[in-house]
Amino acid sequence: MSLIFEKSVDGRRGVTFSALDVPKYTLPPDAEYLRQSPAVLPEVSELDLVRHYDGLSSKAYGVDSGFYPLGSCTMKYNPKLCEDTAALDGFCQIHPLQGGLSAQGCLEAAYLLTEYLGRITGMDCGTLQPAAGAHGEFTSLLMIKAYFKSIGQNRTKIIVPDSAHGTNPASAAMAGFEVVNIPSDCDGFVDIDALDAAMDGGVAAFMLTNPNTLGLFEKNISKIAGIVHGRGGILYYDGANLNAVMGISRPGDLGFDIMHINLHKTFATPHGGGGPGAGPVLCKEFLGGFLPRPTVVKDKNGRYSLKDGVRGGKSIGKTRAFFGNFLVCIKALTYITALGAEGITDAARKAVLNANYMRALTSEFLPVGSGACMHEFVASCEELKRDSGVSALDVAKALIDCKMHPPTIYFPLIVHEAMMFEPTETESKQTIDAAVAALKQIIETAKTNPESIKSAPVSTPVGRPDEVKAARKPVLRF
Amino acid sequence: MKFSKTHEWITVEGKTATVGVTDYAAAQMGDIVFVELPDVGAKLTIGKSFANVESVKAVSEIFSPVSGRVTEVNAELSDAPELINKDAFSAYLVRVELDAVEDGLLERDEYEASKESF
Amino acid sequence: MRYTPHTQADIDAMLSKLGISDISELFGGIELPKDSPKRGLDISGLSAQETERSLKRLAAKNKVYDTVFLGAGAYKHYIPPVVRHIAANPRFVTAYTPYQPEMSQGILQAIFEYQSCITRLTGLDASNASMYDGATAAAEAVLMCAGGGGDVLVSEGVNPDVIAVIETYLSGVGRTVTKIPLGADGLTDIEFVKARLSTAACCLISQPNYLGNIEKAKTLGGLLNGAGVGYIMHVYPMALGVLASPSECGADFATGEGQPLGMPLGFGGPYLGFIAAREKYIRKMTGRIVGATTDKDGKIVYVLTLQAREQHIRREKASSSICSNEALCALTAAVYLSAIGKRGLAEVGEACLSKAHYLADGLQKAGLKLKYKDTEFFNEFVTVSDPADAELSADRILRRLRRRGILGGLRLSKTELLWCATELNTKDEIDGACRVISGRGGRG
Repeated sequence: MSLIFEKSVDGRRGVTFSALDVPKYTLPPDAEYLRQSPAVLPEVSELDLVRHYDGLSSKAYGVDSGFYPLGSCTMKYNPKLCEDTAALDGFCQIHPLQGGLSAQGCLEAAYLLTEYLGRITGMDCGTLQPAAGAHGEFTSLLMIKAYFKSIGQNRTKIIVPDSAHGTNPASAAMAGFEVVNIPSDCDGFVDIDALDAAMDGGVAAFMLTNPNTLGLFEKNISKIAGIVHGRGGILYYDGANLNAVMGISRPGDLGFDIMHINLHKTFATPHGGGGPGAGPVLCKEFLGGFLPRPTVVKDKNGRYSLKDGVRGGKSIGKTRAFFGNFLVCIKALTYITALGAEGITDAARKAVLNANYMRALTSEFLPVGSGACMHEFVASCEELKRDSGVSALDVAKALIDCKMHPPTIYFPLIVHEAMMFEPTETESKQTIDAAVAALKQIIETAKTNPESIKSAPVSTPVGRPDEVKAARKPVLRF
Repeated sequence: MKFSKTHEWITVEGKTATVGVTDYAAAQMGDIVFVELPDVGAKLTIGKSFANVESVKAVSEIFSPVSGRVTEVNAELSDAPELINKDAFSAYLVRVELDAVEDGLLERDEYEASKESF
Repeated sequence: MRYTPHTQADIDAMLSKLGISDISELFGGIELPKDSPKRGLDISGLSAQETERSLKRLAAKNKVYDTVFLGAGAYKHYIPPVVRHIAANPRFVTAYTPYQPEMSQGILQAIFEYQSCITRLTGLDASNASMYDGATAAAEAVLMCAGGGGDVLVSEGVNPDVIAVIETYLSGVGRTVTKIPLGADGLTDIEFVKARLSTAACCLISQPNYLGNIEKAKTLGGLLNGAGVGYIMHVYPMALGVLASPSECGADFATGEGQPLGMPLGFGGPYLGFIAAREKYIRKMTGRIVGATTDKDGKIVYVLTLQAREQHIRREKASSSICSNEALCALTAAVYLSAIGKRGLAEVGEACLSKAHYLADGLQKAGLKLKYKDTEFFNEFVTVSDPADAELSADRILRRLRRRGILGGLRLSKTELLWCATELNTKDEIDGACRVISGRGGRG
């Protein structure tokens, strides 16, 4: 499909602005000020634009289009109600600097969401400032660094399991820590001996995703918390997989000290083709003083305001301008308000039921690891590849032809030819049955006619891209 | 030509060493899309990373089997990193004015015999 | 309200397949804490209707100003309805990151078009797929530019929130910012920069600056390019139809807040950080990037590319940990820029410039003075009032305007206000506001 730039016709207009009703001001005709060559943006009519993006949307696929069991991404249905509330003028038209007295509703919403997230996670306080999960990690790690500095301890290392998302070590490095990787066992559980050996007095924190990236609930949580806390370290909870346990088990009660939440996963805000998300940080009281400034506070008259220097005033500063992806927070607040405690617990239970059901059906034709999973499970195409040459990538591409989004593939790295399925709670038994039937058909075809699977997808507007060419000779703009 | 256990090759003529990656390493990395080389004049240290070789889904650090100063880099690789996949032993990475060579480098037959175990 | 579709019959069938009698058995392995939780979950769920009412009640506690003269980092511009409608398409809204290019060409092409728009806006060679916001874009540009050590020079004319974010980002790796003072003309002190060229790694200025003044960005560029110091320009996109582009000024990086390009004020977010760079920085660029390639039949295909830079491959050696970005905001900005087009960008820039000057004239007639009267400004400027005239103090002015439903400028001190005008402010609005200030609109 041609680019909007290729549809441009010199002089054509989409939007026109009101005629200037004040005298035109002209800057001195000085090359220091004035642009010499114009920004050559597309010139199209409104209808050209609408049709162009309608065409693009027909080549996009969202949760609204069909099943999206992309493991680790929690692609649950995004309620339309949340889109509507976040589009209210009373939120959209509020300037972030217009003053707290005229933005009491925004401040109350932020206060409420922080409070709700605190109750769900068992944490004492938090911030909505981080714009995404990785941003929340970075914010938390700076807080951890500031905390140790404040108590005069020089701790320079962060321990990360090798099964962790890449954002964990990358955020730790951005915050100036040395990263110590420790191995996981074949189920992705923490190698306790390795943790015990690595956890010396120079370690600031241990970052853990729970359930882990294989979809299993860490079996040695209290032992882990004991080791980390016993050596004066902080236990960090990567909230990527919170959907499995919300309303059932709280990180704060399990000994975690600080965490981030991905509102665009667990709390049903849409992912927008890559963002915006939101990555609030929640923590225990002793870390609260280090949260980014400002903090929303409520006074005894029930009035809300933004304050710097709350809880001892040792804030790390700001990790984003203003107060975070506020309208995303409104969507999450709407979702939590609608579900309530019972709905939240119900969502986690059904997420785990769906994953186990899908796992049980899949286990009849693909290895899926041992024991019950939580909200997601990992199947392996290693044997299939050995026997037929068909890889996890090929199977994923063939699933596209079945009108569904493939699972996450080749993650976690510790399982060969991994396919990670996360059906989420909003999918029905019928959708899961149909998806597994399609998957089974593909696996059977792979054994008899592997070439047909290797040439998938065939129903899409384009075939598999030449990624080597894309990276060798980058073409990044029109 | 000698070989390191981290899959670099090295030839020495007088005070100048030429360093590249082995065909085995190139095959393991797959289609190479970009090579990040040091600047001329940079100091290399035995055992320290001095270059990055990127494929679509991986980055590999290249460790120096020599210490010394870089006198030349293979400029062809910036436009054609695939030369390493085509012929790893002629697509050198750098030439170095030698201070020292790593102890215990392998002969070709030793490397070929045990390269998969490194 | 629930969004789980399970009937009791479904649940029974699924449990039977699993050979268990209750979902709770699936949680059997979870180690639950011995102590009772400090706070209960205690959130009562509501119906969809009640939820909507409850959120509407919250929204109603905010004051929506029809007339806004406040900018300072967040700007109220006209958002054409077509932009909102296109960006609300559920196939864009509910998609994840385009990991499967064959079924995500729509998203990938939209981002490729966004990247193309940003390179044309800035004149630079490459743009990434977006950053969290303008401030984090500036901070990451600094990290890329100053990674090898050296002083980080940041003008005091940069928005204080942006400076704060840069300082926080740098604090991670134990680095600090050297602030370049402003001269009496409200412009970055170029002599200060000159004296530090030999030790500087990079220099970041804002164009126009926080106070609205138009920096001598080209002169500065010549100086920095000559000394091999990285040059980052943090730019207001609406000014780029009028003011010299970052490329024309010699910038290595351009960063900025893309919110004015079709995003509502939204109490601060989601916004859009944009970042563009010269060719030589492409392989070091932070965040996702979309590139064009072909499939086996030679058809053009858009893909996420240069991924070896990113956290999921390079882990602790990645240039940044950014994963999710602001893709939908980037798409919105591309739609906006395509809707207004080449001429529209120039027109909206000229309108901002002209309206701000008309407002400045009106405010001077109402008794205020321009703080930097000999310096050219774009669409923001600072006024000062006579400290002896209590009626014209910043607080009194803002209060009087507020009573008329007008949101005035940002209070910088007892006597100083930072004003902003955009194409949305009509002559009548501006005249009305100036009358309220001068007292002719009735002092209340």
